[in-house]
Amino acid sequence: MSKTLIEVKNLTKYFDTPKGKLHAVEKVNLKIGEGETLGVVGESGCGKTTLGRTMTRLVEPTGGEVLLDGKNILNLQGKAKNEIYHSIQMVFQDPYSSLNPRLSVGNIIEDPIKTMGPKMPKGELHDKVLELMDVVGLQPRYYNTYPHELDGGRRQRVGLARALALEPRFIVCDEPVSALDVSIQAQILNLLMDLQREKNLSYMFITHNLFVVKHISDYIVVMYMGQVVEYAAKKELFTNPAHPYTKALLDVIPQPDLSRRNRKKKILYGEVSSPVNPKPGCRFAPRCPYATSKCTGGEIPLTEVGPNHVCACTLYE
Amino acid sequence: MDEILKITDLYVRYHTDDAVVHAVNGVNMVIHKGEAMGLVGETGAGKSTTALSVLGILPAKVGQIEAGRIEYNGKDVSKMNKKELRAMRGKRISMIFQDPMTSLNPIITVGDQIMEMLTLHFKHLSHQEKEEKVDRILKLVGIPAERKNEYPFQFSGGMKQRVGIAIALICEPDLLIADEPTTALDVTIQAQILQLMKELKEELNTAMIMITHDLGIVAETCDSVSVMYAGEIVETGTVEDVFERKNNHPYTQGLFNCIPKLDAEEERLTPIEGFVVDPTHLPCGCKFHERCPYATERCEKELPGDYQRGTHKMKCFRYEQWGKETSGNE
Amino acid sequence: MSKKKVKEMEEMAAQANMSQMGLIWHRFKKNKLAVIGLIALCVLILVCFTSPIYLNYEKVITQDLLNAYKSPSRDHILGTDMYGRDLLARMLYGGIYSLGSGLIVVAAALVLGVLFGSIAGYFGGKIDTIIMRFIDIFMAIPALLMTMTLVVVFGQSIYSLWLAMIITQFPGLARVVRASIMTIRDSEYVDAARIYGAPVGKILIKHILPNGIGPVVVSATMMLGSVILTIAGLGFLGIGIASPTPEWGTILSEVKDYIRYYPYLGIIPGVAIGISVLCINFVGDGIRDALDPRTKK
Repeated sequence: MSKTLIEVKNLTKYFDTPKGKLHAVEKVNLKIGEGETLGVVGESGCGKTTLGRTMTRLVEPTGGEVLLDGKNILNLQGKAKNEIYHSIQMVFQDPYSSLNPRLSVGNIIEDPIKTMGPKMPKGELHDKVLELMDVVGLQPRYYNTYPHELDGGRRQRVGLARALALEPRFIVCDEPVSALDVSIQAQILNLLMDLQREKNLSYMFITHNLFVVKHISDYIVVMYMGQVVEYAAKKELFTNPAHPYTKALLDVIPQPDLSRRNRKKKILYGEVSSPVNPKPGCRFAPRCPYATSKCTGGEIPLTEVGPNHVCACTLYE
Repeated sequence: MDEILKITDLYVRYHTDDAVVHAVNGVNMVIHKGEAMGLVGETGAGKSTTALSVLGILPAKVGQIEAGRIEYNGKDVSKMNKKELRAMRGKRISMIFQDPMTSLNPIITVGDQIMEMLTLHFKHLSHQEKEEKVDRILKLVGIPAERKNEYPFQFSGGMKQRVGIAIALICEPDLLIADEPTTALDVTIQAQILQLMKELKEELNTAMIMITHDLGIVAETCDSVSVMYAGEIVETGTVEDVFERKNNHPYTQGLFNCIPKLDAEEERLTPIEGFVVDPTHLPCGCKFHERCPYATERCEKELPGDYQRGTHKMKCFRYEQWGKETSGNE
Repeated sequence: MSKKKVKEMEEMAAQANMSQMGLIWHRFKKNKLAVIGLIALCVLILVCFTSPIYLNYEKVITQDLLNAYKSPSRDHILGTDMYGRDLLARMLYGGIYSLGSGLIVVAAALVLGVLFGSIAGYFGGKIDTIIMRFIDIFMAIPALLMTMTLVVVFGQSIYSLWLAMIITQFPGLARVVRASIMTIRDSEYVDAARIYGAPVGKILIKHILPNGIGPVVVSATMMLGSVILTIAGLGFLGIGIASPTPEWGTILSEVKDYIRYYPYLGIIPGVAIGISVLCINFVGDGIRDALDPRTKK
């Protein structure tokens, strides 16, 4: 692993709901190296989006730390706080609601610079915006167009240019390709990977799509109901999945391959419930085919099951 | 004769205030008894429009069938009277919608919503018999019968989609149209629903059109595939024909290349260049030529016909040597 | 290519490269009634507000009993009232008070409504609860009662009337603003602006208000009509703008005893009020439809 850029320690977020405390993110620990991509996979309600929003300070965590270059960014004030805005940016899921419909493409991209960036004369700002548009593959003729005139792929490029405007080092990508058609998805994924190489960016790539996460990530965490259940280098995870949940996920995704058609699938029964006042122990236990009484006893720690590979399951204790 | 549905040269347009949308442009399709066909394509390819035309529920005034024949069991749908149409819809052909959250009526209990189908189409049954039928179908789709008095909001997304399937199957239709039935669901729930649909299809011998953008789902659940692009079916064949990946339409090939592989390493994906065509301004010639790596001058001017070899049909000049479609010999 | 097709293509080309505002104007133009209403309203406002340039106010209030009850003629196009004052002049001057009061009240209510509504809507929580409870209290007081109270306290003046109208009208707008801001507050482009560090004021002004102001503009336009009617009504009841100031409602009130014999005295101010309110409502409908692309036929 290269030099650590972001480190997350014991990050926890509870939401108050009428039914009790919703444990959206529970004691998550992560590390992301410079120029690396960490994929975060999980189903809806697993806390992956809340995790991403905490990293970008959109959500105030209940506890824990987010370290950038070893400094906790959650309690910064004033000028130091502003620097965070330069370092950490976000790309959103919905290319239709993530752009202000009243602003032209040029205005959307220049807004972060006008707000936070260095003061620059109008002409220079214009050139800078055109440069950013070029980086994400948007022709200059779109400078004066409005989001509603663009298709999903181009809108997502505008969102990416806006995120790049302050020259960040770390970008949280929250399902950036889920709303796009497959053919456009591939274009955006390629663009993200090219940018990473050029600018040595680090990504946290949040998605439910295993194909996409496999393609773009260096390391992957699998989350289930607010907890990290498995963490491994990409290749390791896909060849040696350890946690029963990860195994099930990999087993059931439909692949465009007829040879898998008639195999016996290990279908998981039951559904994800929401982690309101969860019972101690493994939250996957009610759906797990291997669950024993040990699983519902106490907290299950992440144990090492291979090189760069940890998993929270009683099978490996 | 086991053709359940036959669509010939179907053209559908949407007339909006500002433009005419050419949604479906000459679709031919045959579904046999018990066959599951995958209808694949991206947003705006005309998949859903084709399905809505079959059921005759295109948006009123805006959507119009301009030309073409839809035959159900050899009978022209456009010549059916109201009574026959009503009997066909829901009873003989039914539909599962993409969004289980909005396709159920929130103020009627789940049991009553299923029962309504029986009241409409099986008037002769006694209440007792209907109740029994509802209980049976609920058990079949994996919902405990005692939950039939609950309201849709008490069900999770996956459970709601099971209710949708129960409503679609209660009348034991000949043809089930599933419009992206699992797109709104999580991966593990998707697996449950797909498994359920596969089992039910075998048990009831229902033909199915599975509308999806996911080639993986087609590979797992269908017998044949039709790939749509810009309102045309560009490739059709058995799953073996298409997924063998020896002969594919350039668009299908592009779709395959866009999907990252789980079992191999690859540096970059090969996306399809350019953007999906605007259905209000369709290009001349082959609709795909602007994005096609093999496009020649001829593709810009001439619309390719359907070339066929065995069960495999292709709308691309590269397969011209296969010979023109041999009519009526399906 | 058919002619229709050519026209379609031109229209599409015109629509591409149009800003959101441009698109809204484009749709507004398609509504004939709204356009007629807008033009009529503009002409009315222009003619009334420039009347001090070509009319002498003295003439408007000076009595000339020798010329009373003159039917419309060349000297007095709309005739004269019971005190011999030229009715056209009074109507034109009255327009300043009627339409002007309406515009001032709505503008002030808009400022207050946007201010309180956006604070309540953006911050939510306790701030929201406190502001909204105050607004509920104001909303519970009828306009008539509020005006009468203020007239008693401050004396009968145009300012008491304005104050009363503003206080009773702004809560409605504040509610619309709040609701509209709450739906936009959590959208992803607002999140994006928060992430790159935009301050609250800038987020509100640049990202939230321009997108949420649509329904507010519609309500404000509709409110203008009802405010003009209410002011006229209060004038008619004698607690609005006092005679001899020629507000339309007041004019109507002055002539009420003579309408039986000289009906034109009542018809003219009545029609003026009616037409302006009608035009305003047409414009309001037009804006509402133009803002919502789904209300296409």
